Amino acid sequence: MERQEDFRFLTGRGCYVDDVRRPDMLHAVVIRSPMAHARILGIDASAALELPGVVAVITFADIRKFAKPIPQRTCPLPGMEKFLQVPLASDVVRYVGEPVAVVLADDRYVAEDAAEMVFVDYDSLDAVVDAHAAMAGGAVVHEQQGTNVASAYEVGRGDVARAFRDAHYTRKETFYVHRHSAVPLETRGLVAEWDPVAKHLKVWGAGKVPFANRAILADMLQLSPAAVDLIEVDVGGSFGVRGDFYPEDFLIPFASFHVGRPVKWIEDRRENLMATNHSREMHCELEIAVDAGGVITGMRGKVVADLGAYVRTNPGVMPGKGTQFLQGPYAIDHLGFEVRAVITNKTPAGTYRGPGRYESAFFRERLIDIAARELGIDPAEFRRRNLIRADQMPYDAGALVPGQPATVYDSGDFPAVFDRALAHFGFDDLTALNGRCVDGRWHGIGMACAPESTGGGPGEHARLELRHGGGFDLFVGSSSAGQGHETVMAQVLAESLGIPCEGIRVHHGSTTHLAQGFGAYHSRSAVMGGSAVVAVAQKMREALLARAGQLTGTPATSLKWDAGRVVREADGQTVATLAQLASGLPDCGPADHGLVGVSASFESNRLTYTFGVHLAHVSVDPATAQVRVEKYLCVEDVGRMINPMIVHGQTVGAAVQGLGGTFLDEFKYDESGQLITGTFADYLLPSSTDFENVDALTLELCPSPSNPLGVKGAGEGGIIGTGGALANAVSNALAQFGVSVTRLPMSLDNLARSLRQSRAGGTGVAR
Amino acid sequence: MNDMVRIQLQVNGANVEGTVEPRLTLADFLREHLDLTGTHLGCEHGVCGACTVLLNGDSVRACLMFAVQVDGADVVTVEGLAPEGALTDLQANFRRHHALQCGFCTPGMLTTAHAFLRECPCPSREEVREAISGNLCRCTGYIPIVDAILATAEARNDGGAQGAGEPK
Ligand code: FES
Ligand code: FES
Repeated sequence: MERQEDFRFLTGRGCYVDDVRRPDMLHAVVIRSPMAHARILGIDASAALELPGVVAVITFADIRKFAKPIPQRTCPLPGMEKFLQVPLASDVVRYVGEPVAVVLADDRYVAEDAAEMVFVDYDSLDAVVDAHAAMAGGAVVHEQQGTNVASAYEVGRGDVARAFRDAHYTRKETFYVHRHSAVPLETRGLVAEWDPVAKHLKVWGAGKVPFANRAILADMLQLSPAAVDLIEVDVGGSFGVRGDFYPEDFLIPFASFHVGRPVKWIEDRRENLMATNHSREMHCELEIAVDAGGVITGMRGKVVADLGAYVRTNPGVMPGKGTQFLQGPYAIDHLGFEVRAVITNKTPAGTYRGPGRYESAFFRERLIDIAARELGIDPAEFRRRNLIRADQMPYDAGALVPGQPATVYDSGDFPAVFDRALAHFGFDDLTALNGRCVDGRWHGIGMACAPESTGGGPGEHARLELRHGGGFDLFVGSSSAGQGHETVMAQVLAESLGIPCEGIRVHHGSTTHLAQGFGAYHSRSAVMGGSAVVAVAQKMREALLARAGQLTGTPATSLKWDAGRVVREADGQTVATLAQLASGLPDCGPADHGLVGVSASFESNRLTYTFGVHLAHVSVDPATAQVRVEKYLCVEDVGRMINPMIVHGQTVGAAVQGLGGTFLDEFKYDESGQLITGTFADYLLPSSTDFENVDALTLELCPSPSNPLGVKGAGEGGIIGTGGALANAVSNALAQFGVSVTRLPMSLDNLARSLRQSRAGGTGVAR
Repeated sequence: MNDMVRIQLQVNGANVEGTVEPRLTLADFLREHLDLTGTHLGCEHGVCGACTVLLNGDSVRACLMFAVQVDGADVVTVEGLAPEGALTDLQANFRRHHALQCGFCTPGMLTTAHAFLRECPCPSREEVREAISGNLCRCTGYIPIVDAILATAEARNDGGAQGAGEPK
């Protein structure tokens, strides 16, 4: 089914945040630190303030009364709370891009002129850029904490030491995933309008979690949540980064509050690359123990996540979930992990599509291939021996995140999905190409398996109103960043009520519509939001039966709902159509006149788990190290699809994003902490000519038992296995050169270097 | 910087006049002065293609041009591709092939593809990929966009929708 939102996007009538305009609006430009670590000795804004059109320059002194650290929203790990970010630097800056002041002017061009004229006096301090160096001593980023380790903990289950003692074979390897992130095409932005008379604040440009952000913002501004509206307009992509609470989410509303005029701030691309959450950077030393039958009995390792300079709202997800998912889809009885989350002088980190999952899948799937090769077992067969079987479901994978319950894979037939994936890919035929040279290019086939948790709790809300004429307005608490929620939610409602989608209007993501909502994260919208729609539709049916009963003087119990009308249970005769129900009742009170409104929620803290298999066929030119992705397939069982076209689009889009992330995207810093990839000329994203042969197959094998729709979330599964599958494929292609990829990205430079090293007789470990 | 310049041009078929600073970009002129917010800004340094508009029929990046440079020219933005309330064959194919998700790159993709198909009415898949290689999309993975453009070319060549939805 084609998407409802497409018409306005195709005709240029979407409303993104930069399209919002308010009367008498000012433009804000954020002045950011050019230094990775420095003391601020003073700020002189006098020249800027003299420029015609400049209204104010806000510094820490102005916000002092309101300045509080931005709290964590999800997956806080012990100790992290000591490294939170305050919206403006007071005396020390800790990364390039940290907000130092905000200029307000009548015009964006003037605001930028003025920003250049604000003089900030910095006294530079030593910067620490590498996580291992940060743990080993040297510069301390937050002096008063005396350490750069924000969190350190151990988790595990079973008796991992014994598993390794008794093992037939063990293998340890050290891995690294580079720093990269979502980089949506639309940069962040906000328009804030404080009404001093009504004492009410409106903020356009919310995304992801508007209700949570409203609570944070209201608390910081010392307002009641009811005095603040966060309004979600169209969002040009998020993939995890857009809509978490950033410093600007306080600064721009504060600026409006401060000067009493509406204020707009639109991030430029350079700011986006240095101020929006980075992600992924993780080191991992991983080891497995295998018995004589090729069964993995134990896994242990050390995880080090680089969080950058501050703990933002959700960076704990990276080490937390990254460790939780190290065991992946395999039944491994004995586990033991040491985790450290480390502070460095780089942009703070957060979640990016498949957070922690992409990293852990790369570490694990690569190690499995290395072990399979050394054991002389076919990598597919090795995986089959270890995949959790359908008769082991639900499978308790242990409690591996501090403060969180055990991971319980709710349902799934992993071996069946695996076999379907291999067959669809033509794996058995293609595998003959492994390590072979055809027309001067070396071919490799690689795979990766990964489960994904979806449907993050705790609940979701929906409100439904019947309009005059028989149309419906559906208000949902989940938000959209362009995935197509308007269409999907309308489909769920239409199906639940047995009516066509036309006439259903979906409103999402704004705190004005509902009392509560949780938003979009953790591939949860279809699961939680969709289930809330099922619940609200049920309530609406009951309300309409009651109304029809009232209208006709028939007991509601003798009536039933049938495809958009109320019929008599006895003979199926129509008692009232939607249009009749929507018109006013003759003898009801005014509040009830012509409108039926109901609210409902769906609550669940049970996550649901998808399972995916990624398969890659690559060819590498050994002279240039250029990799061509000949064929890529992502297979995932999502239980049930509401809109197959949208699921397919999400999966392919995610996979291409993952291919880009594996080969191209990288935030690079020099040793002084300067970000050297601050434009799209240096931070490379995949373009239409990079990855041409990507396909997806979505299965509906095992519906989720945790929700009425049976759905599992989609959208992240397509990216999770990309790093692992591609690294395995490239390593297989280049095995005879001694290249074994253990570090990402597999950029041209990195691969060429490892090819050179292996030719020179070095280790050939990629990097 | 403040010497204002008067310009006059055609935008989406209508006469438009403006008094602008020489440093005002065409993108900001369209968005801020004419309220044509369909033209998007994704990078403001000429890499992403989100700001692409048609200038005398050719696709150009509105973030890399100044408004004063288009004095006397004919500019078509995404809002001008189809008459109000309708879609061109290209737009309809974008919808059919799910060639957009968040829709942010879409105006630039459409204007680029529109100019391309006029110049190259029977493209190969390779040529389509090349044609949009200067337009970034973070959502779709490009594959459905290429499908949509190819499908449009094929339908036009079959005589089906020849010329439908050409801008005025
Ligand atoms: S905004 Fe013009 S090319 Fe990116
Ligand atoms: S559809 Fe979102 S950037 Fe292309």
